[in-house]
Amino acid sequence: MENLLEVKNLTFSFHTYGGVVKAVRDVSFEVRPGEILGIVGESGCGKSVTSSCIMRLNPEPPGFFEGGQILYKGDDVLKMDKKALRNMRGTEIGFIFQDPMTSLNPTMRIGRQIEEVFVGRKDMSAAEKKQKALEILKMVGISDGERRYKQYPHELSGGMKQRVMIAIALVGSPSIVIADEPTTSLDVTIEAQILDLLKNLQKTLGTSIILITHDLGVIAKLCDRVLVMYGGKIVERGTVDEIFYETGHPYTKGLMQSIARLDTAKGEKLKPIEGTPPDLFSPPVGCPFAARCEYCMDVCMETPPETYRLSDEHETCCWLQHEFAPDTDMKKTVIEKGEVK
Amino acid sequence: MANNESNQPLVQVKNLCKYFHISRKETLKAVDDVSFHINKGETVSLVGESGCGKSTTGRCMIRLYEPTKGEIIYDGKDIMKLSRAEQKEFCKRVQMIFQNPYSSLNPRMTVKEIVGEGLKQHGMSQKEVDEKVEKLLETVGLNKDHMSRFPHEFSGGQRQRIGIARALSVDPEFIICDEPISALDVSIQAQVINMLKNLQETMGLTYLFIAHDLSVVKYISDRVVVMYLGTIVETAETEELFSNTQHPYTKALLSAIPEADPKKAKANERIPIKGEIPSPINPKNCCRFAERCQFATDRCFSEMPELREVAPGHMAACHLI
Repeated sequence: MENLLEVKNLTFSFHTYGGVVKAVRDVSFEVRPGEILGIVGESGCGKSVTSSCIMRLNPEPPGFFEGGQILYKGDDVLKMDKKALRNMRGTEIGFIFQDPMTSLNPTMRIGRQIEEVFVGRKDMSAAEKKQKALEILKMVGISDGERRYKQYPHELSGGMKQRVMIAIALVGSPSIVIADEPTTSLDVTIEAQILDLLKNLQKTLGTSIILITHDLGVIAKLCDRVLVMYGGKIVERGTVDEIFYETGHPYTKGLMQSIARLDTAKGEKLKPIEGTPPDLFSPPVGCPFAARCEYCMDVCMETPPETYRLSDEHETCCWLQHEFAPDTDMKKTVIEKGEVK
Repeated sequence: MANNESNQPLVQVKNLCKYFHISRKETLKAVDDVSFHINKGETVSLVGESGCGKSTTGRCMIRLYEPTKGEIIYDGKDIMKLSRAEQKEFCKRVQMIFQNPYSSLNPRMTVKEIVGEGLKQHGMSQKEVDEKVEKLLETVGLNKDHMSRFPHEFSGGQRQRIGIARALSVDPEFIICDEPISALDVSIQAQVINMLKNLQETMGLTYLFIAHDLSVVKYISDRVVVMYLGTIVETAETEELFSNTQHPYTKALLSAIPEADPKKAKANERIPIKGEIPSPINPKNCCRFAERCQFATDRCFSEMPELREVAPGHMAACHLI
């Protein structure tokens, strides 16, 4: 099947008083129909910026594209004019924002906020729009839709607001939904409900979802494929099983070891990743993770690592996979060597 | 780590209630008849969803709130009945680490002033304060170059370290950690948890750990207290609670954790928990969890279950057990 979305060598930066921040550096990936793609990384790794680039939601200026292409069904998003972008947002790609408390308009009724997606659609009557809004409210598990339709955001709880956010993202029946940390501000029991809802909606509607999160538990539960980002770059990609069981990058491994699991023994020490993420004003010359990596070699500091293909889906950017690299527990069989990224 | 030799617990919370009067007719019962104790050198965790009263309980225990009813006995004395001098002494022995390292540090004070503020209150000279602050920063993994900087120059993890240094400055024996890691990045969380554990070992600290992340709670604590809507639903030693879970709410909470293991996550059959946490304003006098409980019977809607011992040291409040 053809890819819905292709991002090629995307580089996005921001002008600030302190200089240029290189938030996303040379990122390429694709989204296939009907899959859930996870993007995982710490704050400041560029995962949110990457996803907002797809819908051109970053303010430009101060942000600007230094290069790359974003092809949605073959059309370059970067070359679209305002009108084309407006047609795309909401109806082709939907967006679920991180914080439902602040991303809903407090002065508008729920119903109007959902219908806002259809503003300017002359082929739909007001009654049709309302019908559609009520349908979608029912679909995201909000009972008593007629009443909720007339309520304001402050009358709803956090979980309800997040359901409304999902409703807004889905009402235009988009082919891709971008969910930016959809459960971070919710309680565990509500989080579980929302994750189940997303999964079910994805199954019934066949929408592709790009799920951005820092929680490996959420990734494990929902995703088909995963991108691991660090310092504005993708350091590892693969299917969810490959990422968790055949980890090919020291950063991914570090992330897994640093979280407390239910089966972590009591006396066992957690193994944190020492240090802090790199400063993107002057990103490191070599591998972005080199300064915190336990396997760091001289070459890592000086030259950006090549991409190594470990299986059909699994790729890692790490010098440890090089044929001359010392034997470590990270070493895997390399199928193919990619170009220098 | 529990010190079993001393019979007297360090802190005893007895029938603690904290109500907020919203209007003439409405009372928000944030904490309703909560009792538990903490032994010296132990880590006790308070867990629950937001709005269950865990932070209010913590804040009552350090006198940030005045309880409506009940008493908090610290080392044999009721903390609400202390004399002025005793109060000052109490502040020295009990400290708190706050949830959000971005809002809990004064942006107009340097690190030295933030960490040294308490020391000065307790009558140390400037020179002594400087020396002590330097040592404290070293303990939490910062260095003396950081002393004259302002909070905005630090990352979240470093700020939380400053907050910890501030709490440690007066050599306390009991620290209340109110969600100390929930605002931090995954890779930084482990650094802070390890540091808290090391400090406990070297300084013999007692912790009350308030959290909603059960995997961290399991890792760090000796005993766990599970709260729901202002009441305790279950309490037990950590191992016992996780291996022999009794209360339906705790079971649901455990099964809701997204596990970082795709095979387990997909195999794990979730115990569904309906709806959302109800409002704590004028709660009904019955089991607070009844509305969301899949096993609820008529009795659950008419009578408040009492906290009963179901196994040695394991208490649960449910009619069905």
